[in-house]
Amino acid sequence: MSYLEFLGNYSDRLIDGSLITLLQFVLAALVAVAAAIISGLIKLAQLKPLQAVATVYIEIFRGTSLLVQLYWFFFVLPLLGVSLEKFVAGFLAVGLCYGAYGAELVRGAIQSVPRGQWEAALALNMSPAQRMWRIILPQALVIMLPPWGNLMVEILKGTALVALISVPDLMFEARQINNNTYLSAQAFGTALVIYYIFARFVVTPLMRWLERVMARRIGRA
Amino acid sequence: MNDDTGRYPLKLEGDNIPMVSFRNVTKKYGDLTVLDRLDLDVAPGEMVTIIGPSGSGKTTVLRSLMTLETIDGGVIYVDGEPLTHMEKGGKLVRANQRHLRRMRAKIGMCFQHFNLFPHMTALENCMEGPVQVLGLPKDEARERALELLGMVGMSEKSDQHPSRLSGGQQQRVAIARALAMRPSVMLFDEVTSALDPEMIGEVTNVIRSLVDQHSLTMLMVTHQMGFAREISDRVCFFYGGSIEEQGAPATIFETPEKERTQQFLSAVLQAN
Ligand SMILES: Nc1ncnc2c1ncn2[C@@H]1O[C@H](COP(=O)(O)OP(=O)(O)OP(=O)(O)O)[C@@H](O)[C@H]1O
Ligand SMILES: [Mg+2]
Repeated sequence: MSYLEFLGNYSDRLIDGSLITLLQFVLAALVAVAAAIISGLIKLAQLKPLQAVATVYIEIFRGTSLLVQLYWFFFVLPLLGVSLEKFVAGFLAVGLCYGAYGAELVRGAIQSVPRGQWEAALALNMSPAQRMWRIILPQALVIMLPPWGNLMVEILKGTALVALISVPDLMFEARQINNNTYLSAQAFGTALVIYYIFARFVVTPLMRWLERVMARRIGRA
Repeated sequence: MNDDTGRYPLKLEGDNIPMVSFRNVTKKYGDLTVLDRLDLDVAPGEMVTIIGPSGSGKTTVLRSLMTLETIDGGVIYVDGEPLTHMEKGGKLVRANQRHLRRMRAKIGMCFQHFNLFPHMTALENCMEGPVQVLGLPKDEARERALELLGMVGMSEKSDQHPSRLSGGQQQRVAIARALAMRPSVMLFDEVTSALDPEMIGEVTNVIRSLVDQHSLTMLMVTHQMGFAREISDRVCFFYGGSIEEQGAPATIFETPEKERTQQFLSAVLQAN
């Protein structure tokens, strides 16, 4: 079978898988951003009990393997009475895992906003919440966007693991095609190229564009 | 804090209530006493300049008044009301956040390094406080901000971000931003120290025009002795966290009584 014939036979499944991968990526990215901001802020606030929760979250998700976390979400949680759809378990596990890394980016970026900005905001009598949301976070965002760009690519690649709990993403389809046809080079080669295109020509340019927009808003460009 | 607040009045009363009053204020960093039982009154509309050697506590006076630092002893009053403390059951207790927010509204501050918000234009910097804190409608806040930017000679640059402005321009915007909150007391901490020499004049001119209006009470820390002498109603020479000598500018600069004042001034004049 020529490669063109291969594509003719299996492009539908590969496209379906790619769309699922993109969807998993977008949802996982949203979960990661939310988890990172919430746990990053909690770690900075002087709220002792909440701080402990955030620390435990960050330690567990950074210190253990994503695959094991995924299996926990899909196979173990139901035993504890929490059943998740495999699709939901997929992006939730991936998002929470990378959110734990993102939390450190959020915390570091907020801490690197100069003290004088807090003080100027306080001198204007802004409330603690106003100081954070209107003055500090917008500046922290510009600082942390470049490392977030890398993390986004990691999240995309991380979503390939959801195939192992049978979410029909790109990796899952490639494996199925391989199991049925033994055309490993074509199946996994095509998947490889598609992941690369997503990372290199979708996610990265999008993040660069965001960086430029934010830099312009802060008057740096 | 020593629990000796019983000997301070709950409120200042009488005819000539100072706008700012430090009563026996002590501030420590660990073992280092930075303000040492400081007493300082500033009358409404008065311009008081603080001079003194590095580390003598000048900045700490302003930061304590802005509530950027907490004090370890004594009480600060603003407009007759305690700032660092509040009344509770007939006694003065340490101020809570709510009290601090209410009292802070009377005070504005300009910093050595301007501290403009880099993600906002000059105009937005000046509108932020009035809109977010005072709850002014946007067009009213814009009008107020533009008027003040005009006063500091920055109308033309109102749409620029701070990164596009020179140091002198940034400091003038910072002054407008503080004034937009309509404070009763303005604090200036070495606002010309980070500027190139040719930009100092544009900032001192703005402060001079504020002095001429006689409505603001001002406390200024500066190393510019000529400017201090020209515009101050009173000059306080700080040494070791308290006032070593104070008086009219002419007296302090021409016939200082204390030896430390004489030494400091001759050292500063030699350096210039
Ligand atoms: N956060 C801090 N922690 C420890 N020590 C501090 C802190 N801030 C200030 N100090 C010390 O307190 C003393 C008084 O500082 P302050 O900034 O009030 O001096 P200053 O008179 O403004 O000096 P300068 O002319 O150099 O600005 C200094 O010895 C300084 O090192
Ligand atoms: Mg100082």
